[in-house]
Amino acid sequence: MSTMVEMKAISHSFGKEKVLKDIQLSVNKGEIFGLLGPSGAGKTTLVKMIVGILESNQGEIFIDNERVPSLDLLKAIGYMAQSDALYHELSAKENLNFFATIYGLQKVERKKAIEKVLEIVDLTDHMNKVVRNFSGGMKRRLSLAASLMHHPKLLILDEPTVGIDPVLRQSIWDELKKLKNNGMTIIITTHVMDEAEKCDRLALLRDGNIIACDSPESLKEKQGVSTIEEAFLAFGGRKG
Amino acid sequence: MNVGAVVTRIVKQFLRDKRSLALLVIAPILVLTLIWLVLDGNDYEPKIAVNNLPAPMEESLQAELEKDIVYMTEEEAVDAFQDGEIDAFISIADRKPNILLEGSDASVNGAVLQSVQTAFSSLYEDMSVQPTINYYYGSNDLNLFDQVGSVLIGFFVFFFVFIIGGISFLRERTQGTMEKLLSTPIKRWEVVTGYLLGFGLFTVIQSLLIVAYSVYVLDVWMVGDFWQLLVVTFLLAITALTLATLLSAFANNEFQIMQFIPLVIVPQVFFSGMFNLETLAVWLQVLSKFMPLTYGADAMQQIMIKGKDLWDIWPDLLIIIGFAVLFFVLNIVALKKHRKL
Repeated sequence: MSTMVEMKAISHSFGKEKVLKDIQLSVNKGEIFGLLGPSGAGKTTLVKMIVGILESNQGEIFIDNERVPSLDLLKAIGYMAQSDALYHELSAKENLNFFATIYGLQKVERKKAIEKVLEIVDLTDHMNKVVRNFSGGMKRRLSLAASLMHHPKLLILDEPTVGIDPVLRQSIWDELKKLKNNGMTIIITTHVMDEAEKCDRLALLRDGNIIACDSPESLKEKQGVSTIEEAFLAFGGRKG
Repeated sequence: MNVGAVVTRIVKQFLRDKRSLALLVIAPILVLTLIWLVLDGNDYEPKIAVNNLPAPMEESLQAELEKDIVYMTEEEAVDAFQDGEIDAFISIADRKPNILLEGSDASVNGAVLQSVQTAFSSLYEDMSVQPTINYYYGSNDLNLFDQVGSVLIGFFVFFFVFIIGGISFLRERTQGTMEKLLSTPIKRWEVVTGYLLGFGLFTVIQSLLIVAYSVYVLDVWMVGDFWQLLVVTFLLAITALTLATLLSAFANNEFQIMQFIPLVIVPQVFFSGMFNLETLAVWLQVLSKFMPLTYGADAMQQIMIKGKDLWDIWPDLLIIIGFAVLFFVLNIVALKKHRKL
């Protein structure tokens, strides 16, 4: 299996605080890769570095053998941040149209892409509504839609399902699996254990260290436990 | 294309934020009007003394005035000026009316001259007989609002563009859209240019409305060309916009943007020509050379009061444009904080 993302010896500090310590990870093409860890573990910092909007103090990241950051790579990456990066004065459709234009989609393509992603996140009925009137979950879904329009080869989602109800969460996961089957590589951060189970592979992040990285099944097997939560605690305990 | 997308988005957003839009245009107009009311009030009823005025002239003058005309000799009038009892003294010298104004209050001078001119214009068919006007204190034929109006227009345009431009750009960061925007292949200069053009559209409208209101409604002293004044106002607005977006990079919230007002905006008012700088310490005069409003206000005064053309004031314009270009470039550099690329 070929590699999509290669992280080499990533270290980073904010002031005196070391938030990432010598991270070595590789993400394979076409897998859903989970970053699991409590808040403050460094998940967001790490994904921002993969996107290229934050540069690490030390280490290098390569996506498809191209060094991050690069404008060309940004065209091929979809990024959904933890905060809903939406323009509240604009309607759902106008928000998507704006980002689609920036991603270089032509008018006809744009229309199609917008219709498609709105359908995926189940917001077609609300597309002309101004975002200010959206609920938290709707904003989350629209943010997801905004990161999908340009068919990125790498999709990076920072806590995408926060505030989304179980039914919709399930349907979003179904959609992520579909995207994956079409060849998309997906990196997803989460602190929800049952969501972590759905990833192909999982990196457990604590205090800026990777404490383990494998498929959910192997992680549980290695510790002889039945849940990811127990595995996380076991790996963490051994290290600490 | 990316620039265009940013421009379109800003225009749409701004049109839906009616209150900010109103602040941009109505607030300067409101404040200018208030200052005009204070400085340019024509309701003052002057008290005028006369000596040996022909009867028809005196009647005509009395018809214009609320208060009764008093009769004095010149010596008595001078005493009355010193005691602050009368506002003007009119006599006849060389068969021409001679007006001596008390002169210390520009709005009073204006009121006297208005009454006198109205009264006399009905008497003299041909305007060849012009009264001579002298000042007992001072000598100034502009009222205070005429003097400072040009600076005020520049200042309020600068001030409100600064506030709104700074906060909108800041909000991009606090609501996370700047990060999202920079995770797309848009280039940094495209973001800044998009902002400049999108907001630029609104500052054109703002400049047009404020200048038109000042010139045609408030009737501020204006002998220059309207469109040339508009060009200067617009350039000043663009400078304010680039400065605002630049400084918003150093603010973490709206409150911190407000903190720039006493630091960046207020000093510009004091040292931009509203008050005479020549009597100030040299270091203050030097300081004023680093303030965009100094050049903007000077250019506007040249056009409005002295009737100069853009060509005559090109050094001012060049420096204003220079400031805008400098802030624009620094803006693009400042965005590196969010994405090195």
